[in-house]
Amino acid sequence: MRRLLWQALRRPVTLPRPAASESALAELAESVDLAAKRRLGRSLSIRQVDAGSCNGCELEIHALNNAVYDLERYGVRFVASPRHADVLLVTGPVTTAMREALERTWTATPEPKWVVAAGDCAAGGGLFADSYAVAGGVADVVPVDLHIGGCPPTPTQLLRGLLALLEATPDNVRTRK
Amino acid sequence: MTGGHTLRGTMVPHHRPWPRQVLDRYDQPALPAFLAASDAELFDLWADAGVVHAALRDPASGAFAVASVPCPKGRFASIAAVRPGAIRLERAIRDLFGYEPVGSADARPWLDHGRWPQAAPLGGEPGGERMEQASETPDGPPPYPFLPVEGDGLHQIPVGPVHAGIIEPGHFRFHASGETVVRLEARLGYVHRGIEGLLAGTDLARAARLIGRVSGDSTVAYAYAFARAAEAATGTEPPPRAVWLRALMAEMERLANHLGDIGAICNDAAFALMHAHTGILRERMLQAAEAAFGHRLMMDRIVPGGTAGDLDAAGIQAIRDAAAEIGKRFPGLVRLYDQTASLQDRTVSTGIVRPDYVALYAAGGFVGRASGRSFDARRDAPYPPYDRLRFDVPVRRDGDVNARVWIRIREVEQSLQLIEQILAGLPRGQHRTELGPSSGEGVGLVEGFRGDVMVWLRIGADQRVERCRPRDPSWFQWPLLETAIEGNIVADFPLCNKSFNCSYAGHDL
Repeated sequence: MRRLLWQALRRPVTLPRPAASESALAELAESVDLAAKRRLGRSLSIRQVDAGSCNGCELEIHALNNAVYDLERYGVRFVASPRHADVLLVTGPVTTAMREALERTWTATPEPKWVVAAGDCAAGGGLFADSYAVAGGVADVVPVDLHIGGCPPTPTQLLRGLLALLEATPDNVRTRK
Repeated sequence: MTGGHTLRGTMVPHHRPWPRQVLDRYDQPALPAFLAASDAELFDLWADAGVVHAALRDPASGAFAVASVPCPKGRFASIAAVRPGAIRLERAIRDLFGYEPVGSADARPWLDHGRWPQAAPLGGEPGGERMEQASETPDGPPPYPFLPVEGDGLHQIPVGPVHAGIIEPGHFRFHASGETVVRLEARLGYVHRGIEGLLAGTDLARAARLIGRVSGDSTVAYAYAFARAAEAATGTEPPPRAVWLRALMAEMERLANHLGDIGAICNDAAFALMHAHTGILRERMLQAAEAAFGHRLMMDRIVPGGTAGDLDAAGIQAIRDAAAEIGKRFPGLVRLYDQTASLQDRTVSTGIVRPDYVALYAAGGFVGRASGRSFDARRDAPYPPYDRLRFDVPVRRDGDVNARVWIRIREVEQSLQLIEQILAGLPRGQHRTELGPSSGEGVGLVEGFRGDVMVWLRIGADQRVERCRPRDPSWFQWPLLETAIEGNIVADFPLCNKSFNCSYAGHDL
């Protein structure tokens, strides 16, 4: 039986690498610092923060770790603490109850750091923007370097945005433009 | 309702499909008295202008009813002493509407963390500014007193709201003696987005989109329950094809979530191979959903009056292929789970939920069914097309992590069979009809992957939502997680928590 299970994995299930998102590269042009890129090399550690999402974004972020998208092959991985992170990947409209937790997580993340706001809610509150319980989009609370749209963004959309972050140096953003 | 005990009141017209009666004003303490003397199950408790509604079910006859209790001077008689599942619901009513549950077991706020610009935001009191003492002080929001624990050598472990994994926010306060958990208390409300407030006054199309985002993993179940509530309120009959397509989406959602959960539970028991395999199968189902319905989670695909789109031959084939692959691979994974001693060592006898607790809280889903409560809305509050489909509702009584895994395993098998039946019997015809113009009140109760999702809705004459109340099954599951972990070691908490997989967003609203 064990052999049978391994056989199921023998055929590659992993999708080929998608291209980095052009719109993300353009948005990153101003915020990515060349010196920071030199220090980080080609790896990123991500701390995910749910600041008020419906959990749809989390499901798709989870999917990045499955064998089909296999995020770790690009040197990108999720870490358990903001202290270990280069990137905060934030979802949801930021609720008033999560605002302080998000600010504290951002403060706990060492420089250099980037914030990626994932999902339509994270961009400006989405459908929840007018609520008494919502502080707004992620950029209303912490500085955002990159938005990845979608409700929720698909794993491929997320991957294209994160790859853009890996590839974006001021030089290559300029040449692509 | 139950033999010998009755509630006296005035029947409300245009409330479908269950009857609703407004209890006589002088009869106000009648509800707790009635509940104390009967075994009626509490399905929800929520507030409306000047009134509190209780959705009840008689387990003997299976009949549902809504009892509405007037709240003169913003007070109503607490029922938490006889139905402990009501404790948090009553705290939420106090937070949102300002109505005081008289004789309440717990005076602490629940959804309100003291950070909203106004207290009781849905209470409708004009100029309801937050009172001074409750508002945020220069030192931050008011402190939240956790329940005390006394004894030698006890220590506290605070966890959250930001956790170590990719998970929704919530706070868990453990009191432990060495490694053994003496008490766990959850504090939720971090994901409160004010959905009930946003729903009031909005049109049905926007309301459907909001409802589809109460809890993203159950977006189909919520849209399904909302559509049924809207159709009940307006007396609309959805076309047969739409009815079958909805059930198809619901089973695909159940399948994807169960596959994800089975793997995630094993992963928390340090058995990543299962997680890798189920992750691939889950992904196959989501890709089929995208091919068939144009969205991986099938968000916004069920609408009042039918479905947003139709299903073509290519979509049917995509679902058939994915289901066939899962059907082929899954039995091997079940054997792997069953025959891996290191895995069983972690799941068997861990995190037991007592059957009497499950009955008292009327806990639904795999949490209830793993501890002996055999309720499944598809069978016990039947709605089409499930009244024409064959399926079993698996039940166990051992109530541990292992039992909750097995309920999911059996439900995956049932969902695969249901998908086959639905694709074979899918009627032809249109997939959407216009809603009737009438106004009224309606309830939709559907079985989501996590348990029964209920939506109560009142539509005004202008076809706008006057009041809408979505209720997540997690309300009656979260409190039982606290009982399940007691006496277990701290390291088994992730395993217990994952085996429940309660919704934060759905509960917090």
